Amino acid sequence: MLRLSVVQPEALELPLLVISTPAGFPSPAQDDMEEPIDLGAWLVEHPAASYVMRVDGHSMAEAGINDGDYIVVSRAKKPRVGKIVVALVHGDRTLKRLRSWEGRHWLVAEAAGYPDIIVDEHVEIWGVVVGLARRYG
Amino acid sequence: MSAPIALIDCNNYYVSCERAFDASLIGLPVIVLSNNDGCAIARSAEAKALGIKMGDPVHHLRDKIKRHGIRVLSSNYALYGDMQRRVVAAIQPFARDFEIYSIDETFVDFAGFEHLDLVAHAREMSAQVRQWTTIPTCVGIGLTKTLAKLGNAAAKKNPLFDSVADLRDENTCNWVLDRFPAGDVWGVGRATAGKLAALGVQTAGQLRDMPMKQARGIGTVVLERLIAELRGVPALAVETVEPQRKGLAVTRSFGTPVSDLDTLMGAVAQYAMRAGEKLRNHGLVAGRLTVFFHTNVHKPERPQYSASRTLSMQPMTCDSLELLSYARRGVERAWREGYGITKAGIILEDLMDEQLHPRTLFEDDDKKRTRLMTAMDAVNERFGKFTAVPAVQGFKREWSARSESRSPNYTTRLSEVPSVRA
Repeated sequence: MLRLSVVQPEALELPLLVISTPAGFPSPAQDDMEEPIDLGAWLVEHPAASYVMRVDGHSMAEAGINDGDYIVVSRAKKPRVGKIVVALVHGDRTLKRLRSWEGRHWLVAEAAGYPDIIVDEHVEIWGVVVGLARRYG
Repeated sequence: MSAPIALIDCNNYYVSCERAFDASLIGLPVIVLSNNDGCAIARSAEAKALGIKMGDPVHHLRDKIKRHGIRVLSSNYALYGDMQRRVVAAIQPFARDFEIYSIDETFVDFAGFEHLDLVAHAREMSAQVRQWTTIPTCVGIGLTKTLAKLGNAAAKKNPLFDSVADLRDENTCNWVLDRFPAGDVWGVGRATAGKLAALGVQTAGQLRDMPMKQARGIGTVVLERLIAELRGVPALAVETVEPQRKGLAVTRSFGTPVSDLDTLMGAVAQYAMRAGEKLRNHGLVAGRLTVFFHTNVHKPERPQYSASRTLSMQPMTCDSLELLSYARRGVERAWREGYGITKAGIILEDLMDEQLHPRTLFEDDDKKRTRLMTAMDAVNERFGKFTAVPAVQGFKREWSARSESRSPNYTTRLSEVPSVRA
């Protein structure tokens, strides 16, 4: 049985196909119904554990992350060495790459002129950057 | 043998949500104010330690706030609602079914998980919530909702439990029940508590051991059900329990999935009417309404959608037509075509005694409306549920709650997301 749903007139923004067909004979066109591309859904793989943040500053410019960019930060991904992470340093949110040497972890900028930060008891890794969004005006 | 049930409850939920995005609040006394910034409705552990009580009017707290540097925030329901979605999503893989009881409490059905060490399982669930949302939780496990609730209270109060209490263990159960005041058991009203005290029933343990006959003599059928629940025999639909300040919920699963907006609206309208009736029965008004609906999470092969919208209600109301109008707006905003919805519900929060709630400048004289509601309740009582129902939805409110120190909508508005220093 094909069930037709009632569509509110103001909701007519999706491609709509009304099919009338004898029961038992599925229309081949049914499978061609497509949703518009949803970049947000693609960018945020894990909505329940992901948070969007705005980048403020230039210390990650060489990693391709600019002032004013939006990043997607996941708390479901494990923070591994080599990942770009959001960390709380004395409670302040900081964006850096997680590195490791001499048996210690460090938060490292990717632009000249920013000191490395050692990961100690004042630092908490909050999440891992999994996406980047930017518009060009 | 009935299946184990757990209640997972977020610690100081509103404060925990705020702290997730503002680390400067961690370790300080923090309170969150009700709609209208009237009184304290959430307190951090540090604020509780300073003797601040639930519902304390903020103008009584001025001195304390100054003296102790208490951080005072307006409530940010958009944030709390969005974080709840995340909490529930983190809980889902750990349960066969779940039932949202209030914004920070969810009952979890552990049927099918009995072969596991459920304490460890509950800890994992709690850790998952904390990992995804930063929010700390406590879990109580029992054979009935009442026992799960008691277990949760024990886990919260006593650090020995390390945030998970399993009342399926007889010794633990006795230990907890013997220390829990009978009057504080979920669903025991003040009048009943008085009668129990007169009979020497002081603790939940004594209440459990009370002869049913005696219970019938002093209480309603609710008291009998409670005693059964304390004995580990499930008897309580969540609905039969009195609403508390935390809030009340009306939720249902659908027999067959609902895929059109009209049918869903019809169901939600019923819940709104029922919720309004419950509020009026208890002389309460509500400041906030959440409407939610979702597909069957246990059929991952089907398209999944889960939505919830929280609306502040200004002025606070117990008017079913008002509740309905808010609920409809929530559903309209959240609706997406193409999904089979299997569960929906309404949660009312920020409850207050009808006589005490703050009035707004624009509040109409609602005597006529009150008479209409009374008449509607009478008709429904006499001729069955939902005989008298509204034919149209109410009107729109254009003003919003007063909220002078509300935090940003960190998770729901792009212009207000947290910034990170690079």
